[in-house]
Amino acid sequence: MITFAGVTKRYPDGTTAVDDLHIEIPTGRITVFVGPSGCGKTTSLRMINRMVEPTSGSIAIDGRDVRAQDPAVLRRSIGYVIQQAGLFPHRTVVDNIATVPLLLGWKKAGARARARELMELVGLDPEQAGRYPHQLSGGQQQRVGVARALAADPPVLLMDEPFSAVDPVVRTGLQDELLRLQSELRKTIVFVTHDIEEAVRLGDSIAVFRPGGVLAQADAPERLLAEPVDAFVEGFIGYDRGVRRLSFFPARLLDLHTDAIVGEGAPIARAREVARSSGEPWLLAVDGERRPRGWVAARDLERGAVGSVDAVGDLDLVGYGHVFTVATDSLRAALDAAVLSPAGRAVGVDEEGRVVGVVAQTDLGSAIWAVGTDDAPTTRPVGRNG
Amino acid sequence: MGDQPLVRWDWITGNLVDPIGTRLLEHLQLSLSPILIGLLLAVVLGVACARWRWLYPPVFTGVNVLYAVPSIALFFLLLPYTGFGPWTAIIPLSLYTLAILVPNVVDGLGQVPDHVRQAAVAMGFSPLRRLVQVEFPIALPVVIAGLRVAAVATISMVSVASLVGLGGLGQLILTDGFRRQFTTPIVVGITLSVLLAFLVDGVLVLAQRLLTPWTRDHGAAAGRGSARRGEGART
Repeated sequence: MITFAGVTKRYPDGTTAVDDLHIEIPTGRITVFVGPSGCGKTTSLRMINRMVEPTSGSIAIDGRDVRAQDPAVLRRSIGYVIQQAGLFPHRTVVDNIATVPLLLGWKKAGARARARELMELVGLDPEQAGRYPHQLSGGQQQRVGVARALAADPPVLLMDEPFSAVDPVVRTGLQDELLRLQSELRKTIVFVTHDIEEAVRLGDSIAVFRPGGVLAQADAPERLLAEPVDAFVEGFIGYDRGVRRLSFFPARLLDLHTDAIVGEGAPIARAREVARSSGEPWLLAVDGERRPRGWVAARDLERGAVGSVDAVGDLDLVGYGHVFTVATDSLRAALDAAVLSPAGRAVGVDEEGRVVGVVAQTDLGSAIWAVGTDDAPTTRPVGRNG
Repeated sequence: MGDQPLVRWDWITGNLVDPIGTRLLEHLQLSLSPILIGLLLAVVLGVACARWRWLYPPVFTGVNVLYAVPSIALFFLLLPYTGFGPWTAIIPLSLYTLAILVPNVVDGLGQVPDHVRQAAVAMGFSPLRRLVQVEFPIALPVVIAGLRVAAVATISMVSVASLVGLGGLGQLILTDGFRRQFTTPIVVGITLSVLLAFLVDGVLVLAQRLLTPWTRDHGAAAGRGSARRGEGART
């Protein structure tokens, strides 16, 4: 656990970067410091490894004041990932990663072997070991940065806007990778970002800072979205926090309808019957393996507009848009699928892509209303759209 | 110089070891020592200037003013103290290299990106280790670019030292050639001086390729563009 006790950082020109910060950062979890620029989040991070010294107050890691150790020695026990990766341009990938083990006095061969292990861990091609940083893409450089920070297996990892300089697609990949690594490694991670989406995605807990270095709120992400303490936090989180909060509720909470599904080979008469008995305005046509094919409007069946077509699959089917995976996606993904569906209904599938059932926007509405007053069952967003 | 041929080969073969070989070695010694001493001083001054920025303007002005003093005047000024020994040449020539090398060391260290320096601090490098293992290597291409200019300038300036009788290839040109109205030593002296400059420059280029393998396909431009002044050949 990292403990900030009344930490203040004031510069000689009178500006206060961090103002009386009290916070406890739990071991083995990701804690995100988030806020607009000039809110003291990076300064707070850098006080942990003494790159910035506080004006008053103290910081302790597992009860031990960070000032009890020589700064260089302390820093070797704390991993650090910086925005542009900060790789050493004159060292190869493998030697960049081996930096801290070498500083700790490991033999060169041992340090390099460890570096190669880490390349594998962070998903880097072993062939890149001998390359120089400028020969890598931004995303790969950032992976090297993470590997280098982890090389000496430090219990604490500080990450200062590590993914903000890469494009959004790569960033999402790196975030996924970080979560995967963390599920294996269980480090105490302090992550600084100005991006609330990233904070919600990664954080087990989130500390929102306001300008002037004051901690506005520290909470689990779902609590933060549900109950921002004041107008500043609410404004910072953004107007769609209600929708984003749905990321914390799994889609399996939904009641899916299965009575308005027909096989694509079924005759039109059979489809008409299904429409009548279910009372649904839209039927979902599925193939022989229950994979979705498309929507059929019930009224098109009734009006006899089907002409000489015999089977449902031969009709002009309306595209079913994108689907959600019932077991792993969140309510937010289901809502998104329903909003984008021309039928106003979302198709829920299993992991193999077979239809489990469909849910209409109106049913989603009641489900959302029902969970609206609950605490979320998870602390981490569910699924890929989390 | 009469109707003697430009080059008398028999004179060259007859004087290959002495004075030609001796003068060449003297020349090499008189140019390499100032380059090495100058580099050492420039690194100390450059690191200090990079560390304490306020130091740079006065140091920069100082080394430039020194550079403006004619070398021959400086040689004569030192004669009473150091006599006709090599130091009379080495001291002024070392000081001249500073005007080229100090700005290059400062620029080279200035090329270390801030995020790289910060990452080094955060990894747990001590200040000295950071300087030696991170900042110097990154500064090296720019420093070597300056060293090339300083080396060629020094090699050409050593000839001037011969005017006050300090040895080197200039001695060949002046004593054996000019005073005796005999062109062969003059041609030999000039040719060897130019070849020596080429050779030392070549060694430096090679050294850079070996010492900074990471610049081979991209960073070389950074080193090339930054030598402060290439026009420094003095006479």
